[in-house]
Amino acid sequence: MPTTEPTKDQLLALYERMLLIRRMEERLRADAAAGNLPGAVHLYIGQEAIATGVCARLRDTDLITSTHRGHGHFLAKGGDPKAMMAEIWAKRTGICKGMGGSMHVADFSKGILGANGIVGGGFAIATGAALAIKLTHDTRVSVAFFGDGAANQGVFMECLNVSSLWKLPLVFVCEHNQFSEFTPSVDITSGDIADRARAFKIPTTVVDGNDVVAVWQAAGEAIERARSGDGPCFIQAHTYRIQGHLEAEDLFLAGGKYREKQEIDEWRKRDPVERQKQRLLAAGVRPDDLQAMDARIARTVEQAVQFAQESEPADPELAFDLMFVGQKA
Amino acid sequence: MARKRMIPAINEALVEEMSRDPKVIVYGEDVELAIMGDTRGLLDKFGRDRIRNTPICEATLTGMAVGAAAAGCRVVVHMMFSNFLYTGFDAIANQMAKLRLMTGGQAVMPITVIASYGGGGSNAAQHSDSGYPALVNLGGVNVVMPATPADAKGLLKTAIRGNNPTFFMEAGGRGGEMGEVPDGDYTVPFGKAATVREGKDVTIIAFGSMLKPAVEAAKKLESSGIEAELIDPRTLVPLDEEALVAAARKTGRVVIVDEARDRCSVASHIAAVLADKAFGSLKAPVKRVTVPNVCMPYAPNAEKRMIPDADRIARVATETARA
Repeated sequence: MPTTEPTKDQLLALYERMLLIRRMEERLRADAAAGNLPGAVHLYIGQEAIATGVCARLRDTDLITSTHRGHGHFLAKGGDPKAMMAEIWAKRTGICKGMGGSMHVADFSKGILGANGIVGGGFAIATGAALAIKLTHDTRVSVAFFGDGAANQGVFMECLNVSSLWKLPLVFVCEHNQFSEFTPSVDITSGDIADRARAFKIPTTVVDGNDVVAVWQAAGEAIERARSGDGPCFIQAHTYRIQGHLEAEDLFLAGGKYREKQEIDEWRKRDPVERQKQRLLAAGVRPDDLQAMDARIARTVEQAVQFAQESEPADPELAFDLMFVGQKA
Repeated sequence: MARKRMIPAINEALVEEMSRDPKVIVYGEDVELAIMGDTRGLLDKFGRDRIRNTPICEATLTGMAVGAAAAGCRVVVHMMFSNFLYTGFDAIANQMAKLRLMTGGQAVMPITVIASYGGGGSNAAQHSDSGYPALVNLGGVNVVMPATPADAKGLLKTAIRGNNPTFFMEAGGRGGEMGEVPDGDYTVPFGKAATVREGKDVTIIAFGSMLKPAVEAAKKLESSGIEAELIDPRTLVPLDEEALVAAARKTGRVVIVDEARDRCSVASHIAAVLADKAFGSLKAPVKRVTVPNVCMPYAPNAEKRMIPDADRIARVATETARA
């Protein structure tokens, strides 16, 4: 299959979405540091190219499962920044009415089956979605985003097996950010994770996860194959987690560390957002236009925060109605 | 009405619901041949797009149900023995039971999980648990405990048509029980207890596999002049507290029978509810007849020692009636 090159408009759209994720995450970082957010936040800074490149290839009706580091997937799949921000601020206007928070942003109307607080929790959900799609002869696809940490959960092997066996319309996207919470993955992982997919005869692509065009191209081919009924694909996107496992982790690491600052600085030079910006400038996009885009996004972020701040707190009594459909808890 | 065994009644419910709604799918380990008998024949009728064998991978089976429901199917997952719920428990406890709340009500999960529970077959501890108290404690799942073929069929239909995750607990040793089953399409509502017999001296609360020995016990009591009220809650979540409290108030003396281990059992929960809401009417301590806090042994005589039977129920009920 010849590799498709994105048009200039597509390049701009990819950049715009990555920049939205980046600016939202930067704002959340600041608000976490200021103590404005009630729970833990796990930021996606440095990994924006992966969610953006994959989701740009999906339809609204396609389904994704995400991770505890899920803001990027939510925004890339078309989730509303205001509703996400209000959720993280624990407001009743939040996308989950303040009942899920940062680790659980979901918008089923956009096919976002949710970020998930259980590492590896999305595998079987995405596989089940793909099974239903196949059994009902539908043309949707399902995508499981997960990290290198989740790849060590046993359920990963189970889902590789059934999805390959049943030729499910499923794309596995391993975001290899090199850390399993506070432990370098290399210390606790044997072999290459992509080899695990290969063992199940699943077509596998390894890409530079900090290059949104490379991800976009790999995802386009994988999703097309899955949609056509040929079975699952596996993409391993190499990247690096710039932020900690969660914000404010220094508070409880008590001076301990699991990586060197120099390593983080090295990876900052490969920043996926900056790389895409340079690509656009090289393609003749005017710097003023990119600045205007950034200003537009800054307003979107500001409006989202303002909406969150001005919204009413979550309604605790709602929990009793939300446990079941048509049945009080 | 026709007399049927419980497993054929369950099978009928599956056939009727799969015929009624093309979105109903069934999967699980060995469901095509159906070692429990309940899914037998479905493959010939509906084909592999509707029913299929899975690998032995319970963590995936339970999680897949959540995803398949999100993508539009009504899912029936057969877990075989209820002990295998434990190997699939992450998605049960962390996804199925929680996603509706966590997504602010977006997740709709029409999922029915069938699992066979209980001892009595010398299958030893890893195949003999009555694990439903753990399910009851999760919060976000319904738990139904049919004791008769008629209730089994009607409750299963309600579960499959419903939009909430529901655990349908098959009383393993009761598959051969006969009972009258209504003709035609009918459902049994959740949260509605059944009064099995009326009496004025003592109230016996029993469900699932424990109803049959409780009925026998009530007959024994009758011969010694004790009239037992016998009530079957039928579903544990939702629980018909109103009916249980009314039945407790009626006699002021209550015995609860449960095949779960005693500690944090459903019996102990119901006892707590009655202590809370019927205290003023109680004339004797609420008694529990349960499996002791041991794992189910293999030897038939040791198993028999642990599982409540008619004699034990009758003894405790007599003491309670005369206390």
